[in-house]
Amino acid sequence: MNKKDMIICRCEDVTLQDIHDLMDQGYTSVEELKRILRIGMGPCQGNTCGQLVQREVSKYLNVKLEEVKTYKVRPLTTGVKLNSIKEGANHES
Amino acid sequence: MKANYVIVGAGISGCSIAYNLAVKGIKDIVVLDKSYLTSGSTGRCGAGIRQQWGTKMNCLLAKGSIEFFEEAKETLGYDGDIEFKQEGYLIISANEEEDEQFEKNVFLQQSLGIPSRKITKDEAKKIVPHLNTDVIVGATFCPTDGHLNPFKMTDAYFQAAQRLGVKFYFNEEVKDIVVKNRKIKKVISTNLEIKTRNVINAAGGYAKEIGDMAGVDIPVYAENHEILVTEPVEKIQGPMVMSFAKNLYCQQVPHGSFIMGRSNPDVLHNHSNESTWQFLDEMSKTVCEILPVVGNLRVVRQWGGSYTMSPDRQPIIGGTEDLKGFYLACGFSGHGFMFAPMTGILLSQIILKQKTMIDISDLQLNRFKNKQVFTYEKSVV
Repeated sequence: MNKKDMIICRCEDVTLQDIHDLMDQGYTSVEELKRILRIGMGPCQGNTCGQLVQREVSKYLNVKLEEVKTYKVRPLTTGVKLNSIKEGANHES
Repeated sequence: MKANYVIVGAGISGCSIAYNLAVKGIKDIVVLDKSYLTSGSTGRCGAGIRQQWGTKMNCLLAKGSIEFFEEAKETLGYDGDIEFKQEGYLIISANEEEDEQFEKNVFLQQSLGIPSRKITKDEAKKIVPHLNTDVIVGATFCPTDGHLNPFKMTDAYFQAAQRLGVKFYFNEEVKDIVVKNRKIKKVISTNLEIKTRNVINAAGGYAKEIGDMAGVDIPVYAENHEILVTEPVEKIQGPMVMSFAKNLYCQQVPHGSFIMGRSNPDVLHNHSNESTWQFLDEMSKTVCEILPVVGNLRVVRQWGGSYTMSPDRQPIIGGTEDLKGFYLACGFSGHGFMFAPMTGILLSQIILKQKTMIDISDLQLNRFKNKQVFTYEKSVV
């Protein structure tokens, strides 16, 4: 299958080709790829693409999978409406 | 190894300085960063660019920088999209005192050629229809303020600098700066030892620590400022909406998501980049009051980054009296990203002993000597 047709990040429509192009330019850390391509920044927060990207970087650099640092996990674990957070905060105080 | 100039920090300031020196023909420039490109304050910033300030220096730095941003993609020959958007900043006044101050600010801005203006509540409502005007007195608006993608903009400088021969080393933390007889001898980092006579401190939140290594006291400190982003939606808001009294900035970026932040008056002076639930609570209350419709959006992520505060909330750009070859670009107090083009232009002019584009005697480190009280920039969230 063509790398251009293989979607790695479904939230931001990033393909395997996009990732390989950037790695060819020298951006080989997951954090750099994230910042330029927005992978891991969508509603799923990297739950779908995180491991796929980690594996691609590991293959590309020819290092063990566990040596490739993946994204820093940031809150929230799931999307919550600002209104709901506000109501929760008012209820507590 | 040897270098003509060692720049500490590969954020937007370090990359802009490297590019500006290289474009003037300087060779052997090395940039060191303790982590990856834009890993510090630049990559964590709110991505806004504005010219509506309360001090003359900040106005001039912002104006010159926006003029550069307007042409940046071509000037730097960047293939990617820097996501430049010029749809203004709407700064709302929440009380009479603030409204009077804004009158003075706009007068200053206009005198410097910045196209800001004082507007009424009704005019503000026309610019941002979902703004809750019940809680505001008036507003100011500058149509040429806007937004840029911080990663892409830094990448543009980074790539242009690399093409001009600048060498970047990542995951290289500066450990020591060796000084003898008030002259710089070398810089020692994680894996490198670089002989050099010139060091440029563009270390953002760590500017004070880098200064201490060289024996130069820089009166700045880092504090954590938190921020969050929502899911992307269809475009409903053009300008950044900002309030100092209500403590808020909120903009819909070209990608569709809303980015918003506010400061915590009780924040500690340290290098924390933590996310807190207290921020999430206060942020939600604030934005739901001022931009109620935004309350329907889901928060997908929050993070923190350092503001590096100077005593007068204006940057320090220039050389130092006590140590020849030691230059500073720090203390931006939360606005290093939007001032970066002028930072690079001005510091390169100082280093090469050229006439500076604007008079920046007010931005020198020695302004803090023997001074206890400062008139400082109040237009900061």
